Amino acid sequence: MTTMTDAPKPGFRLSMLIYDTRYRSMTIQIVVLFLFMAGAAWLVDNTIKNLATLGKDFSFAFLWNRAGYDINQVLVAYTNDSTHGRALLIGLLNTLLVSAMGCVAATVIGIFVGVLRLSKNWLVARIMTVYVEVFRNVPVLLWILIALAIFTDVTPQPRDFRATDEMIAAGEAPKASMLLFDSVAITNRGTYVPEPLFSRSLGNIDIGIFLISIDLLAFLAAVIGGFLAYRAIGTHATKVQEATGVRPKTLWKSLLVTIVPPVAVLWALGFHLGYPELKGFNFTGGINISNALMALWLGLTLYTAAFIAEIVRAGIMAISKGQTEAAYALGLRPRRTMSLVILPQALRVIIPPLISQFLNLTKNSSLAIAVSYMDLRGTLGGITLNQTGKELECILLMMLIYLAISLMISAGMNVYNNAVRLKER
Amino acid sequence: MSNSQANSAVYVRDAMLPAEHPPAMETGIIKWLRENLFSGPLNTILTLVGLVAIYSVLSGILPWLFRSVWVANSLGECRSIITATFGEGATGACWAVIRERWTQFIFGFYPSHLYWRPVLAFLLLLAALAPVLFTHLPRKSLWFSILYPALGFWLLWGGTIWIPVVAMAGFALGWLALRVLQPIGGTILATIAAVVVPILWWLLLAGPVAQQLQAILPIGIEAVRSDKFGGFVLAFTIGITGIAFSLPMGIILALGRRSDMLLVKALCVGFIEFIRGVPLITLLFTASLLLNYFLPPGTNFDIILRVIIMVTLFSAAYIAEVIRGGLAALPRGQYEAADALGLDYWKAQRLIIMPQALKISIPGIVSSFIGLFKDTTLVIFVGLLDPLKGITDAVRASIEWKGIYWEPYIFVGGIFFLICFSMSRYSMYLERKLQREHR
Repeated sequence: MTTMTDAPKPGFRLSMLIYDTRYRSMTIQIVVLFLFMAGAAWLVDNTIKNLATLGKDFSFAFLWNRAGYDINQVLVAYTNDSTHGRALLIGLLNTLLVSAMGCVAATVIGIFVGVLRLSKNWLVARIMTVYVEVFRNVPVLLWILIALAIFTDVTPQPRDFRATDEMIAAGEAPKASMLLFDSVAITNRGTYVPEPLFSRSLGNIDIGIFLISIDLLAFLAAVIGGFLAYRAIGTHATKVQEATGVRPKTLWKSLLVTIVPPVAVLWALGFHLGYPELKGFNFTGGINISNALMALWLGLTLYTAAFIAEIVRAGIMAISKGQTEAAYALGLRPRRTMSLVILPQALRVIIPPLISQFLNLTKNSSLAIAVSYMDLRGTLGGITLNQTGKELECILLMMLIYLAISLMISAGMNVYNNAVRLKER
Repeated sequence: MSNSQANSAVYVRDAMLPAEHPPAMETGIIKWLRENLFSGPLNTILTLVGLVAIYSVLSGILPWLFRSVWVANSLGECRSIITATFGEGATGACWAVIRERWTQFIFGFYPSHLYWRPVLAFLLLLAALAPVLFTHLPRKSLWFSILYPALGFWLLWGGTIWIPVVAMAGFALGWLALRVLQPIGGTILATIAAVVVPILWWLLLAGPVAQQLQAILPIGIEAVRSDKFGGFVLAFTIGITGIAFSLPMGIILALGRRSDMLLVKALCVGFIEFIRGVPLITLLFTASLLLNYFLPPGTNFDIILRVIIMVTLFSAAYIAEVIRGGLAALPRGQYEAADALGLDYWKAQRLIIMPQALKISIPGIVSSFIGLFKDTTLVIFVGLLDPLKGITDAVRASIEWKGIYWEPYIFVGGIFFLICFSMSRYSMYLERKLQREHR
């Protein structure tokens, strides 16, 4: 006769830390934590020793010292008597400016090219393919340098716009002429565009760091108010449609509420454009956009647009034809098929990579160094760093700022992604 | 009974008519044109706009290319030749600069009597890459691919042969430790030893051993310092090394990010998001300016090596995200099937998960590689002579070629295009080859 007994319960042995899957992950994590902390401590210790050897301290006090250098392209008031901190702000705003301009332009061109690449027209589809392949497969630095060479070497000098007395007598036109009804002048000293002016301006408010034009705020408020009213009309129309089955016509009402308020505000403030004019050897009036900014903007835009075109193309191709056919079978007209069936699905595919292209463009804007555009890297990571010798602080701060921009955009993207995600299981 | 039926003439054709030619509008080139270029008003307008665009681009470029000058000693000479041949005011391309200075674009300031070494290294690189890229080549030649990094390093930088030999010996020692300890102490102990032994070897023993060997048996070739590197030799050195190291690192980071272990996951997420959140330029500045702070006082190592490390880390973070996408795309059933077969984590990854996940991620991985190769041009900003700006500026700094812009840019851009375009084509080939679905 045999007796059945339970298997002996083994006590805890040290080898179980490695061989028992219940404990192994704990062991690994503790080892990793230990190694990580040791590595971090080693780095910090080295840094402290090195700083001590060099006789430097770790402080950000230099941000409040006088900067003493000029910046040619500024969005808010800045002189060389301003602090390094203010120079940092100027750089940050310049980075954001070129990134925003680039994102908008690249999106427009990218959608245009992406759609045309799918066109049935053989010639246009081939041209767009060549554009995409050429721009994607060459470093963006080359496009920025080429754009700079175009803007500095190929564009005319300001004096070429002048018609001298002899030329008028001989009936000749000046060598160069302004574009868009004499409002935009592209010269080798920068591009001049009309500036918005207000004859009954409300002045500026000081928010402590820089001035904000009340005119601009009023205009934005009118635009946003118009948009909200437009949304309200749409919601109301949907409600009526659900109750009665007939959708009321909203076109004229919508146009009225979106267009009238901004126009009224502009009229009330006495809006007019200040055109650039040739005075002496250079243009005056208008806004002068430096060639560095134009070159950086053009290079980044054309490069990123090629990637966005591919994203748009992939997004449209990802939606099967059955979706369109199903919408038609339900009796939806083409416009509503597009807005209710195709776009929501295509955008789900397009938006995430599109946002990461925007991030790439923002990071690539640090190539401003190649054209001497004073962005964040040019001020904080360039002249400030060289003047103060605070490499550690400057580069860490610069990384943190870029990181903060990226993380904010990513966080926004995640919110959006979760909102439009397919709601499955 | 009427026999009208018999009298009525019935026509029955007893032979087939020959086929008519299709109408002229529905055949050949006219049909193609009508269908593809002029199928409607909108398409016609698009075609015309396209033709105008092509004409305006070509009419600018073709005459310029047509008036090319290939033999001249300076830009001024180029211009006078063009003026003499084609008349006053004519502009033309001056390819003489490429003809005169192409060695600089390729080799930078590498000593000219040693040009054979980068060339040989490049040819051997192709030989080493072939069995990796095309699976139908003999598998034995993979041994050469494994040994190539040391050989390539030695050919490029020169100096004593014992440093690369000793470095490779570290890997051999790791493998030996694995083989010896596996029967005695089990897989896990052997794996730990296989990691620790090479690290100890490199940190503590490799230097003195290499010195001793060099003292006993001095074998070496002329050493070339890093500041002599430039042009495409530099771009290839950084690009290929970065690609080779960033893929395995990216895989490990991706696995770490999907790990159940909270701490490992947090570290990987932090690393990936940090690297992806900052521009490469800031990392390169870190390499050139800040590493002196982070390393023990007195350490000073090669700038190219620092740049390679940073580029590798940068690329690895992007590849990790691509591979994570591939891992996420795999159906859950694949993991469960691996568990059901009783495979442990690494075996499941190696045999079931990774082959499928990597296949899905091929396009993304290759575009990361292309991005990395294009980003090698950024090393100019830490003082290395990349082919695009560094060498071009150096050429333009000479009195003969002052003011030349387009030709060097077109030359360098064309080479970059060729390489990146072939990489993207190869990834398409690979995708098709690995396609297992029947559509």
